[in-house]
This record gives sequence, C-alpha cells and structure tokens, in this order.
Amino acid sequence: MQHSTLLYIAVMSAVTLSVKILPLTLIRKPIRSRFVRSFLHYVPYVTLAVMTFPAIVQATDVPAAGAIALVVGIVAAWCGASLFQVAAICCALVFVVELLVL
Amino acid sequence: MLARHGKAMREGVRDGVPIGAGYFVVAFSLGIVARNAGLTPWEGFVASLLNNASAGEYAGFTLMAANASYFELAVVTLIANARYLLMSTALSQRFSPKTGTLHRVLVGFDVTDELFGIAIARPGAVDPFYSYGAFVPALLGWSVGTALGIVMGNVLPARAVSALSVALYGMFLAIIIPPARQSRVVLGCVVASFLASLVFSVAPFVATLSPGTRTIILTVVISSVAALLFPVSDDELRHEREEDADAA
Repeated sequence: MQHSTLLYIAVMSAVTLSVKILPLTLIRKPIRSRFVRSFLHYVPYVTLAVMTFPAIVQATDVPAAGAIALVVGIVAAWCGASLFQVAAICCALVFVVELLVL
Repeated sequence: MLARHGKAMREGVRDGVPIGAGYFVVAFSLGIVARNAGLTPWEGFVASLLNNASAGEYAGFTLMAANASYFELAVVTLIANARYLLMSTALSQRFSPKTGTLHRVLVGFDVTDELFGIAIARPGAVDPFYSYGAFVPALLGWSVGTALGIVMGNVLPARAVSALSVALYGMFLAIIIPPARQSRVVLGCVVASFLASLVFSVAPFVATLSPGTRTIILTVVISSVAALLFPVSDDELRHEREEDADAA
C-alpha cells in the first residue's frame, strides 16, 4: 500500500502536538505513580541512545568516520560542549576522516 | 501591561536567536533525511513548523521512507517525543493559575528541549510572551533549515552530505551524555541501550523488524526495567529540574 505524504505529516503533527500541548493544558496536579514518573524519566535517554547507535556508524560513507564521531562526540558532550558544538564537531570529524580515507 | 509583555518578548527573541542558529544547521541535515523520504521543500517546511522535534521528525521521515503504516508512524512519534510529555507536565506546574488555556496551548505548541530549558530557567511563573519571542527565531531556523536541506541536499557534494548526516546524532549525544555523567543509572541506561540496539540490528529475527519497531520495544523494555530497579525519588526529580535550569 502506498501512503500519502500529507497524511503522514498530519498524523505525525497531531501526535507531536498532542504530546506537547495536552499535559500543559490538562494536568494541573503532579503525577502520583512513582513507576510512571520513573519510566517517563528514563524514556528520553533510552530512546535517543537506541536511535544513535549503531545508526551513526551506518549513516556515514566510511563506517570508521561515524565511529570516531560517536566517540569524540561523547567525550565532547561529557566535557560540557553545547548541543551545537557537539553536532558541529561530529560533522567536521566525519568530513576530515572521509577526506583522508576516500 | 503591554510594555511588560513587549520586554519579555524581546528578551525571548534575544535568547531564541542562538537556538534558532543551532536549529538551522541540524534541520538542514534533517532535510536531507526528509528528501530521502520524498518530501517536497514545502512539505518539509510545514512538517518542521508543526513538529519542531529532531528525534521525532528523524524517526518519522525514516518511517515514511520505509512506507510504514500510519499507526506505526503514530506510535513511533509518540515514543520519540515522550520526553515532551515530561517537559509539558513540568511547565504546567510553573504556570500561574491565572494563565488561560489559549496561552497554555500556544506555549505547548513549541516545547523543545532548548525552549523548555530557557523558559523554566527564568524565575517565577512562566511568561508566555517570553516564550513567543523565543519561538520566532527557533521556528524560523528549524523550518527554513529543513526546507533548504531538501532543496540543497542534492546540490551538496556526497562528502558534505555524509558529514552532515551525523549532526542529528551529535545533537542526540549532547542531550543524553551530560545527564549520564550526573547519574550512574542514566549512564547504565545509555550503555545498555547502545548494546541492545546493536544486538537488535544484527540478531536473527529481530533484525528483520523495522527500526521504528525495534526502537519502541527497546525503549519500553529498558525504561521499564530501569524504573523498576531504580525508581526516581521526588527529590531527584526536583534536583534535576533545578540543574536543568542552571544549565540553560
């Protein structure tokens, strides 16, 4: 089955906007369940980590370039580099490594 | 009254400009992903205007490229953006009870890691007008960046596209690594997620599942195990929120 791009965007936007807007407008009290709170606390880190590796190694033309970007990106973020800085460092590394290898 | 709103809005624009610049670069690489999914520049612009969510859009465009079902797209978008549930909930606690529903909807419209960070970092109740000011450069950078990524993705040399393709992952690292440094449990979650994700991408049977489905399964399982083994106390959550405010 072929899907419509506009419908895809509509579904994605409806879900995203619901997630962002509904708690802010509906929840006027703190969530009580400790499990739910803890679960929600860990979700962002797990999701992003799962999506980052091994995908970062598969995204580049030279896998080693992605691997180096991963390691150096982790070190840079660990040392307190900003979001923009980490992204820029990763891109620059891949560019330089692939320039040398290819 | 009006003058006060104007001042808050100007401060919001000022704080939003560096965020918008950073968004522009990342959105450009996101546009390359959107291009692969067959989106036109206008579709990319609208998708980014309505979503402004790096991980969510990245996952969404990847699924579109794979011709996934609408249901799968909805579930993956929900999972990828689940952290905004937390941020939106946290913001709800910082609003003045007098703030009306319209302001809550509008501020909720553009909850992102960074915009949440700067809104919550200001003392006192959240001022919607400060957020509106910050939204302008942030949304512009994000939406225009996505559209340009779609337009220019094929103009750029393959080498540059390959380099830009890791910008998103760099951004993800910048979000998950600092909390992992603060908390051993979060660090454990990140390491476990990396390993499990690697195993799932090569192991028999599970490797045939779509990346979106694998992300859902791994997220639910690992986060549940972490929540059961290491439940977070109210003190930790409060402490963390204060640290977020300091960092922003």
